[in-house]
Amino acid sequence: MSLTLEDPRIIEFDVRTDEMLVNMGPQHPSTHGVLRLLLKTDGEIIHEVTPHIGYLHRCAEKIGENLATPQWIPYTDRMDYLAAMNMNLGFALTVEKLIGMEVPEKAMTLRVIISELNRIASHLVGMGAYGLDLGTFSPFLYAFREREIILDLFEEVCGARLTYSYITVGGATHDLPGEITIPPGLAQLTGRDPNMRLQWVDAVRMFLDWMTPRIKEYHTLLTRNAIFIKRTADLGILTREMAISYGCTGPVLRGSGVDHDLRRDGEPIYTRMYEGYNYKIPVAPFTDPEYGKLPKEVVLGDNWCRFFVRMMEVVQSISLVRQAMDKYPTAKGEYRVPYKMSTKLPSDEVYLETECPRGQMGFYVVGDGDAEPFRARAKSSCFCNLSITGPLCKGVLIADIPAIVGSLDIVMGEIDR
Amino acid sequence: MRIEDVHQRLLDRFGTEAIRELKTGVKDPWIEVAADRIADVARFIHDEPDIKLDGLNDLCGSDWLETDPKKKNPCDPHVEVVYHLYSYTHKYFCKLKIKTPRWTDGQAGQLPQVPSVAGVWGIADWHEREAFDLVGIEFTNHPNLRRILCPEDWEGHPLRKDYEFPLEYHGVRGK
Repeated sequence: MSLTLEDPRIIEFDVRTDEMLVNMGPQHPSTHGVLRLLLKTDGEIIHEVTPHIGYLHRCAEKIGENLATPQWIPYTDRMDYLAAMNMNLGFALTVEKLIGMEVPEKAMTLRVIISELNRIASHLVGMGAYGLDLGTFSPFLYAFREREIILDLFEEVCGARLTYSYITVGGATHDLPGEITIPPGLAQLTGRDPNMRLQWVDAVRMFLDWMTPRIKEYHTLLTRNAIFIKRTADLGILTREMAISYGCTGPVLRGSGVDHDLRRDGEPIYTRMYEGYNYKIPVAPFTDPEYGKLPKEVVLGDNWCRFFVRMMEVVQSISLVRQAMDKYPTAKGEYRVPYKMSTKLPSDEVYLETECPRGQMGFYVVGDGDAEPFRARAKSSCFCNLSITGPLCKGVLIADIPAIVGSLDIVMGEIDR
Repeated sequence: MRIEDVHQRLLDRFGTEAIRELKTGVKDPWIEVAADRIADVARFIHDEPDIKLDGLNDLCGSDWLETDPKKKNPCDPHVEVVYHLYSYTHKYFCKLKIKTPRWTDGQAGQLPQVPSVAGVWGIADWHEREAFDLVGIEFTNHPNLRRILCPEDWEGHPLRKDYEFPLEYHGVRGK
């Protein structure tokens, strides 16, 4: 059968779009690690997104069944490696809940200082990497400049820069250091003598004093930037009901307007760490005048809200670290309660969630009268947050996928465990 | 709302056949539910306005089998699914548990079957896939029960206590 030019079928053939399967990842630069998204697209429009995970799976839970609890702490580091201190804290608290141990006030204050500093570092990476996802490079450089100093300070505390294993069952492995040489980055940024000796807590204070006015710069670069708002506002809208149903936690949940933070609403063993501290929990739609006027394009639960929750948490964490450092010199007790590796766990089972930078990280430990747990389970917050990508990405453009996945701020090491 | 109240409401609604026991005297008290009724119970506690357990914090399986011959079994061998729930409305925690035999009809390799709760909480979809993948529990009525963390052609379920690590996988030596 022959066709003429006027035949409508030719035009149909020319402009018809086919549904196409596109693999995004696992080596795509803006999927935050080895995440593979299988996209079903029609032209530029996404019909369906299926995340494929497990490229980093090493069955940490099975390993946990064969190790004494303090020996599993290094494995928790390697889950969310951007907030290793918070992961250590979560697991240490779970074991303490199981054996009924109460850590002294000094250990709790130390844990607040360390975990909130790590929260700042983690949110800085979240901010910088989100900028990279959306095609702007400079916020990333600023974020890593600041984070570098926190890592230097952590190096003075425990010798490691990424996988600390510092907070452990019963408190921490060491007390905070005394006099140190000023971190090179801090000396350079504040114009001090690089050989200057000072107390560790004073170095932290010096850093926070230096960083606080810089937060305005990040807002200029990203938060109030017209292009950034165009790429993030009114996109990837996660309703309150969906966020709860899909188990989203942390900034993702608060960005959808659910006022829930385990530091205030969690179990007593965790919330007593934060008793007596003065801090706010930033929740969308940010009605507090302190947050300023929101751009008019912003909708409750969109990418911008999730990003802004993180930015505002940095401010709160700075204030928490300052308050904890004021308390630290007079805090009672020791920095740790001795815990023997061979301590037998009681025949009981506990589950505890803590507020990590990316959401609520849960550990479930079952004891059977041995030093090794019968079952060690890590419930990942990013795992739950990532499960929302499928519903969120329906009907958006391909270019918007990095904007949506980036706003969830995932770490694959934690998802795959 | 306390877990005792939830237990009483469940007993009134489903009877002793479906609601087995309320375990107290442990750090986290739990309610044991008959495995075949879990989907109905889940729907009830999610929808009922005064219970309203709308958040599923965690769902995981665990295999209760002591493989060390020197130790005595903590209990009869079985598989558990544990549901850690939270109510965002009433702000309280709750924990459910179901117990099922390790294999259907006692035949090794026949996965035990548990009704899926993916229709009640969205996140249960992925958590159940993980429990299927690692612990080997088949969730019936699940929309898409595939492996999630292990490769699709992986054999066995690694968190089973009698799991044996493969000697070879696609030409890569295992042990």
